[in-house]
Amino acid sequence: MTGTEIPVGEDDLQAAIDGRLTPERRAAVDAFLADHPDLAERVAGDIRLRDVLRARLAAKHAEPIPARLRIATLRAARRARLLAHARTVAAALVVFVAGAGTGALATRTLAPAPDLVAQAPAPAVGVAADAAAAHRTFVVEVAHPVEVDAGREAHLMQWLSKRLGRRLAAPDLSRFGWKLMGGRLLSVETGAAAQLMYEDADGRRLTVFVRASAGEETAFRFRRDGDTSTFAWIDRGFGFAVTAATDRDHLLPVAQAVYHGFEETAAPATGRG
Amino acid sequence: MASDDTTALLERQIPALRRFAWALTRDDEAADDLVQDCLERALTRWSLRRPEVDPRPWLFTILRNLHVDGLRRRRGRGAEVEWSEDTDVATNDGVDGALELRDTLAALDLLPEEQKTLLLLVGVEDLSYQEAARVLDLPVGTVMSRLARGRKRLRSILETGRPSFLRRVK
Repeated sequence: MTGTEIPVGEDDLQAAIDGRLTPERRAAVDAFLADHPDLAERVAGDIRLRDVLRARLAAKHAEPIPARLRIATLRAARRARLLAHARTVAAALVVFVAGAGTGALATRTLAPAPDLVAQAPAPAVGVAADAAAAHRTFVVEVAHPVEVDAGREAHLMQWLSKRLGRRLAAPDLSRFGWKLMGGRLLSVETGAAAQLMYEDADGRRLTVFVRASAGEETAFRFRRDGDTSTFAWIDRGFGFAVTAATDRDHLLPVAQAVYHGFEETAAPATGRG
Repeated sequence: MASDDTTALLERQIPALRRFAWALTRDDEAADDLVQDCLERALTRWSLRRPEVDPRPWLFTILRNLHVDGLRRRRGRGAEVEWSEDTDVATNDGVDGALELRDTLAALDLLPEEQKTLLLLVGVEDLSYQEAARVLDLPVGTVMSRLARGRKRLRSILETGRPSFLRRVK
């Protein structure tokens, strides 16, 4: 040893047990353990325990995969569930149309339904529609695009979190060129909703929309209104959407970033000390 | 989407997921239920994951979160309840209990959930420390110290045949 080496720590000992030391570090740890037979004994014991654990679990790993866990089986079951759900929605629409009376209204109401029903469960469609409507309303606003501006972001997010009953943090979209302007509280049919507005260097705007939403979790649903695109999804009782006047391919990575941003803030509190 | 690729990618992980789930639950049926839930969720969210990232830690994260949610739901209370229930079992006096604790898997069951999960993810499933930290949503430094603590407890249980470090909760 040269005397300039970093002292051996508990993390080195763990890495020694797991065989994850770099060659240089390994030399330092080996030398240290040679001087400390009690610790060397401990490390050897932990290695033995790890090997015993692996051996005790090896049989489970070697078992053939049960048929019910085959991905094809799971996919088929999922399709059947979605179809059953679509039928329920379709039945509800028929009842609604029958009750509406006039032929013209019935045609207009029914027209988009089969397509939507085939593509998406109702809740994500509702979220996308609400988000697109809110986007249309406020994105053109010059004087008051937001209720609380980004200068008071902490206050804004605290307020929106409280009203929606879920911890919300404004996703950081700066790597896509979107800068937070601020946000506002909205009222939609299902209750309170939050809208965050972002702006890029060219003055274009993007909105992130959140409201409570029942329904099964979904992957992304895409909606197009003129030149405006929306991605919406449902996650743990809330519907989320990202809307901007851009195409699907440009919006997708932003929507993914927003999804990951919100998922992190929704993570259950773990850890005890 | 290339669903054949997805199928192959996911199915390749099933043996490891079953092993992890079984080590957590120690029950064949419950373990496969957990794996099934995990895979269903993974299929729903496949398009949402970061495609450049190895799916293994992502799948372990889903499975572990489902397991923890299940524990909380079944016990109807916070995670600390899990601990004291284990403690009750562990402090069963008598020879039988002591003998059983000499089995490594039984001893593993006596560790707090995070330490047990870490010993499995790092020691058995070969996740890197960074990946394990992501699964548990903890800083890497915390992971290292919990890993050390978990190993110490496991040693102590197996050496003494009982979790002597525990205060009896009655």
